[in-house]
Amino acid sequence: MSATGDRETPWDVVGSVGVIGAHTLTFEDVALASGEVLSQVVVEYETLGTMSPERDNVVLLCHALSGDAHVAGWRESDARAAGWSPEDGPRWSPPAPATGDPDAAPSSAVRPGWWDPMVGPGKTFDTERYFIVCANVLGGCSGTTGPSSINPASGEPFGLDFPVVTIEDMVDVQARLLDELGIERLLAVAGGSMGGMQALAWAKRYPERVGACIAIATTWRLGAQAIAFNEVGRAAILGDPAFAGGRYYETGATPRHGLAVARMIGHITYLSDESMHEKFGRRLRGRDEFAFRFVTEFEVESYLAYQGKRFTERFDANTYLYMTKAMDYFDLCGDAGSLADVFRGSPVRFLVISFSSDWLFPTYQSKEIVAALSAAGAEVSFAEIRSPYGHDAFLLEPAAQHAFIEPFLAQARVAGRAGARPTKGGELE
Amino acid sequence: MSPVDSLRSDLRLIAEIVPEGSRVLDLGCGDGSLIAHLRDARGCTVRGIELDHADIAAALAQGLSVVEADLDDGLDAFPDGSFDVVVLSQTLQVVRRPAFVLREMLRVGRRCVVSFPNFGHWKVRGYLALRGRMPVSRSIPFTWYDTPNIHHTTIADFRDFVKASGGEIEQEIALITEGWHRAEVRRVRLWPNLLADTAVAVVRPA
Repeated sequence: MSATGDRETPWDVVGSVGVIGAHTLTFEDVALASGEVLSQVVVEYETLGTMSPERDNVVLLCHALSGDAHVAGWRESDARAAGWSPEDGPRWSPPAPATGDPDAAPSSAVRPGWWDPMVGPGKTFDTERYFIVCANVLGGCSGTTGPSSINPASGEPFGLDFPVVTIEDMVDVQARLLDELGIERLLAVAGGSMGGMQALAWAKRYPERVGACIAIATTWRLGAQAIAFNEVGRAAILGDPAFAGGRYYETGATPRHGLAVARMIGHITYLSDESMHEKFGRRLRGRDEFAFRFVTEFEVESYLAYQGKRFTERFDANTYLYMTKAMDYFDLCGDAGSLADVFRGSPVRFLVISFSSDWLFPTYQSKEIVAALSAAGAEVSFAEIRSPYGHDAFLLEPAAQHAFIEPFLAQARVAGRAGARPTKGGELE
Repeated sequence: MSPVDSLRSDLRLIAEIVPEGSRVLDLGCGDGSLIAHLRDARGCTVRGIELDHADIAAALAQGLSVVEADLDDGLDAFPDGSFDVVVLSQTLQVVRRPAFVLREMLRVGRRCVVSFPNFGHWKVRGYLALRGRMPVSRSIPFTWYDTPNIHHTTIADFRDFVKASGGEIEQEIALITEGWHRAEVRRVRLWPNLLADTAVAVVRPA
């Protein structure tokens, strides 16, 4: 995802976790909510920091629609391309660090992980204190099995033969990854947007494995408006002649235009009226007068076009379809009578954070989660952060989030060490 | 652990009133010092509601669960009778809808503990009577035009208010907190509405 960030400050190199290598693990027979079974799933993941001997400091970070396993620091492959070698050690920074918004940086620049301002030594998710795990989601296009992977049955990319996956399927694959890594219990699971949905799904499906759940700028079920925006994005991709029924891998012509439009519409929903007005206003780009022709004139047009184009260079159109579908299906309540019923007696400690200008997943949706958790007697804390940055604020407001997440995480660890005993009193129900 | 001595005087008194092991909801809990004390010293299960972000962060740092919410929006999230004690300390006078807030407290809690500054205190009466100006004192330290206190009440008026809101006062403790030595709190039995600067009332549904 990306952003409005007008910030001139370079990415925090001082607190960077350095060069991080990706790993993969392979799992057999992954059963999905749809009833389908994937015979083989490769998961790409990265780990940061050191696991404590008690294995009680593991934090799973879940990425959003366009994220990947590379949550912070510099990707090993990027670093190598920029001249780094293992002898240089992990403490490395690129010669000319990118600034602000990763997608707005020159395409040649090495980009840090998607949550770099939040993750690293001394940062909110402090790699000196916590062992961070982040994996590319099932259905993704950055190392984990998805529609662009080879279908073992046909020897060709899956395309639309890839089964539709759900947020719960993603979480189940992450659970198998943790099994394999010997991690029984998470200190916390955290994420923003679609990552927040995964965090909530974790708390629902594996309450005994989760100490704390941090759900940021997210929702417990997609409303009609959010589904509608997803559908517009899908329509743009599906309507691109180059889409070729999802078999564009063979043709070499990708549905760039459709994917770019999908990204543009998505991007608008991540910003806010205020931040767009502030960033672009009605300014024209590279001209003083109207052209009276259909060319890119306004700053905002140029920005969106650039965002769309950059996105097509790193993201698979089919994965975009699958991610948005997974979100559309997301409804934490499911068959339960109420959301409170889902979490009754939950031992998980929750921290819910929303942003005042987020109109994709507005604060009221976070408040619904908080109300349900309160009614269920769960330990829940909540704050709405005042920010002009819209939905993207979870990527752009590290300091404001730090104020709540840092003490919450530290106390979650204290509670975990006390033997999952959040309070001395009885259950609150 | 929060030592009792560090608690504000009226909070210390409230802490003594709350039975051990109670389920407690603190409305306008500030940095959570009362509920942290109730949790640690009296084995209570506690929750807080607060508007101020710095206070919420301070409460989180004590391992408390605190939700940002506006009391004037009610306590919808909480089922009837889900708490043994609901606390509203020095906050009644700042809400826009005191009657609605009290009704919500009576719905959610078996007992409510309300502490408030007494506008019937002799100093307040004297200030207005002698100077002809809106009173400013240690327990009411704001000018009239720049105060969060929009609903002042006296102990006598509070009694009527509780009755009208469908509650009854189980216990009323009148206090002098503006003593020579600040940490010292004295109970007042004689003419409470005149002599007490602060009151703590335990209210239950009638």
